[in-house]
Amino acid sequence: MAATLPADPALRKAREPGVKPADRPPTRRHNAPWADTVFSFLAHAAAWFTLAMLAGIIGSLVLGAMPAIREYGLPFLWHSEWDPVQDHYGGLVMIYGTLATSIIALVIAVPVSFGIALFLTELAPTWLKRPLGIAIELLAGVPSIVYGMWGLTVFGPILATYVQQPMQAAFGNVPVLGTLFSGPPVGIGILCAGIILAIMVIPFIASVMRDVFEVTPPMLKESAYGLGATTWEVVYKVVLPYTKTGVVGGIMLGLGRALGETMAVTFVIGNQSQLDQISLFSAANSITSVLANEFAEAGDGMHRPALLYLALVLFVITFFVLAFAKVLLMRLSRNEGARA
Amino acid sequence: MTISTSSLSEGRLAMHHRRKRVNAIALTLALLAMGFGVFWLIWILIETVRLGLGGMSWALFTESTPAAMSEGGGLANAIYGSLAMVTVATLVGTPIGVFSGIYLAEYGQKGWLGATVRFINDILLSAPSIVIGLFIYALVVVPMKAFSGWAGSMALALIVIPVVIRTTENMLNLIPHALREAAYALGTPKWKVISSVTLKAARSGVITGVLLAVARISGETAPLLFTALSNQFFSSDLAKPLASLPVTIFKFAMQPYENLQHLAWAGVFLITLGVLGLNIAARVFFRNKH
Repeated sequence: MAATLPADPALRKAREPGVKPADRPPTRRHNAPWADTVFSFLAHAAAWFTLAMLAGIIGSLVLGAMPAIREYGLPFLWHSEWDPVQDHYGGLVMIYGTLATSIIALVIAVPVSFGIALFLTELAPTWLKRPLGIAIELLAGVPSIVYGMWGLTVFGPILATYVQQPMQAAFGNVPVLGTLFSGPPVGIGILCAGIILAIMVIPFIASVMRDVFEVTPPMLKESAYGLGATTWEVVYKVVLPYTKTGVVGGIMLGLGRALGETMAVTFVIGNQSQLDQISLFSAANSITSVLANEFAEAGDGMHRPALLYLALVLFVITFFVLAFAKVLLMRLSRNEGARA
Repeated sequence: MTISTSSLSEGRLAMHHRRKRVNAIALTLALLAMGFGVFWLIWILIETVRLGLGGMSWALFTESTPAAMSEGGGLANAIYGSLAMVTVATLVGTPIGVFSGIYLAEYGQKGWLGATVRFINDILLSAPSIVIGLFIYALVVVPMKAFSGWAGSMALALIVIPVVIRTTENMLNLIPHALREAAYALGTPKWKVISSVTLKAARSGVITGVLLAVARISGETAPLLFTALSNQFFSSDLAKPLASLPVTIFKFAMQPYENLQHLAWAGVFLITLGVLGLNIAARVFFRNKH
């Protein structure tokens, strides 16, 4: 391209027949050599800022948690007493609360999200796909405090009346099941938090699953249909194997969200740092809920470092879960690129 | 021979029926799952409207939050605080996010920095927001020795950035390369190509991203708990603790007093209305431009 236009202005003029130099309007180039440098600097600085953000978050957590890490070390993770009065702390109850609620959430959310994704990609008529997809995405946009408020005042009492009390009446004296449903009949507790988390992560998992399902080449699906496969067989034996890394990535993304969710859990988990028995209805605490409730009022001593230690544990866990999700999703899209 | 074929076809028929049955069951379950998802959305919206609409009044927007035992009162200070912090956060976070997105799409397509930033950004996008609050607490609140609206705004800005980066990069990547090459061929410098050609072409997408980010931070509570704290009285000073709608809802919901609970529900209604409105506006805006 450059060869057609000589760089030398004199030559360029000579190429244009019939135009005398004086006839042309005088042009002034707004050449600002510094503008390019400044713009590029800003872009680079903004990119570095993102990395600095991550480093800052990790650094501030480690620094703040240092006294507690020195004092308690790793056994902090499996000691359960949390006693601000005696100034002695162990994080087991909160770690248990976080993991238990997230696992309950996934157990509910994964099959439902799979069903939603299947419905949206294979079953829904075209005119219904868009509005339903938008409805699911709106569900993802509802702020967590709304879920929390709803869970506390609407869903919790319903759970107590229609699930917990019948279960207690039926299994109250059975050894293992009885403990599972024991507790004051108010509904809030680990199960309630898990269900609300499930409702919150369904949209995330479902929309990732829908997107990866749509990545499956139509040719593959149509060949299977052509061989006489039913819709379910196409999804289960063609789409799912093709997209399994993406599906697992979507589930991990949902897990990352569930682990770090704060407000919805704080409203409905009951906020109790002692755990006497493993009951679905016992009030407990998660890492995020104990942070939300106690950090602003934490006094001197070990209270604040211990809370930051918990936050560090949470951040490290979610970081690895989310990184794993990202790697899986990237692998799917790279395969996709290679095959296309 | 005839016996074996008939038994074979009978077996096939049975298998055919089984496959059909499994298919019907699976599809019914998928339909139920879809219904399950939409059911919660509708239920939550209905409850929000039912419990929140009753609290709508002028006092809500003109009076500050009441003390525990007193009657009346509104959410004026919380609404103002939320608006102020969301505005500052958006103004601070958007340029950083857009420039970072520009870096990813235009400068760092290849190379380790681009790949790393992209990876880290996707993680920050879903990272627990309460941890951002802790970070700003250590970075701003501790050195200043005070909770403040500025600290709250910074925490929210850090949540805006990853959202804007993601959409900006995606939108810039959609711009055809021919457009860039045409501009370069005219001798345009790179900054001008980006600012007047690619960014301009991707403008509506970037604005959509900013709207979604605003929707996201309007409902964020956790990062404000230890940065902006809260304030019972009306204050327009961002250097002081500032009330915000979500934190006020959180405080009032945990109180046993009925009038505070009513105010909390009114706040929930306002937030839901605002956030869903922004989400829908972003979609409509984006669709109209494309």
